[in-house]
Amino acid sequence: MKITVAGEKKEVADGLTVAALIELENVETPQYVTVSVNEEFIDSGAFETYVLSEGDEVEFLYFMGGGAQ
Amino acid sequence: MPFTNEQLERYSRHIILKEIGAKGQKKLLAAKVLIIGAGGLGAPAALYLAAAGVGTIGIADADVVDLSNLQRQVIHTTNDIGKKKVESAAETMRAINPDVTVNTYYDFVSSANIMDLIKDYDFILDGTDNFPAKFLINDACVMAKKPLSHAGIIRFKGQLTTILPGEGPCYRCIFKNPPPKDAVPTCKQAGVIGAMGGVIGSLQAMEAVKYITGVGELLSGYLLTYDALKMEFHKIKLPPRGKGCAVCSDTPTITELIDYEQIACDMHL
Ligand SMILES: [Zn+2]
Repeated sequence: MKITVAGEKKEVADGLTVAALIELENVETPQYVTVSVNEEFIDSGAFETYVLSEGDEVEFLYFMGGGAQ
Repeated sequence: MPFTNEQLERYSRHIILKEIGAKGQKKLLAAKVLIIGAGGLGAPAALYLAAAGVGTIGIADADVVDLSNLQRQVIHTTNDIGKKKVESAAETMRAINPDVTVNTYYDFVSSANIMDLIKDYDFILDGTDNFPAKFLINDACVMAKKPLSHAGIIRFKGQLTTILPGEGPCYRCIFKNPPPKDAVPTCKQAGVIGAMGGVIGSLQAMEAVKYITGVGELLSGYLLTYDALKMEFHKIKLPPRGKGCAVCSDTPTITELIDYEQIACDMHL
């Protein structure tokens, strides 16, 4: 199926979960990433069970410090 | 108050813009912006806001200028090493534009002082480097209903959002709690390309100017990310405000400010 990850169209296996996508995408510090699917945040407890569907738009939101110092 | 001849000339490139005009420039001169953190983000933001003629600029930081700061904190010079960052930043801003009144706060932000610090300002700009400060500033701005530009930078990446309390989502809508100590690298641990502060800090200044003058669309409800290696900007649409958010929902569970434990590297704003 086709999904969009961070604005980029991708072909992925049917039945892919959010957790599997996080692994596939090599997400940095995966335990602290916020995930949105179709502009809704997914509870981190549901990453393993949330199955993505054709056309889903997925975004990863990362903690970023920086600034002063 | 009418413009002086000097002001007409100084701000001529603003005044000629139909979106800003004399009216917009007067709004800038009457505006008060607080910059928290005089570092990688706060330095360029302060330079542009001073140059733009923002009438009152507050700058808060509890640090002194260090040689390792100068690769990116362009408001400080080699001669400023050892000087309080707020003093060094204030001197540069006053030198750029004598129209600006600069208020300095040589202090860390904490639950004890932040409400008092932000109360007289129209717009708050978060240029801090650590998560406890970022959550504190977010929560305080939500509680005091102060518009806030939030940003972060690391390595070759940066991101920012504008938070309009009561209207758009806040930082805690995206991230429920600060990450544990050392779980997420900081600039000191991971490095940051100097110009990244220039890119993201200038975008923060842009949002402040747009908010003050009422021009265009703010970055409320979006997180804008920038990847310098791919040379890509990406705008992530955020869900609406408050859905289950502990601080900005209509039934918040956080009603008092929290001082989270400081991350490992030295306590800096
Ligand atoms: Zn919120």
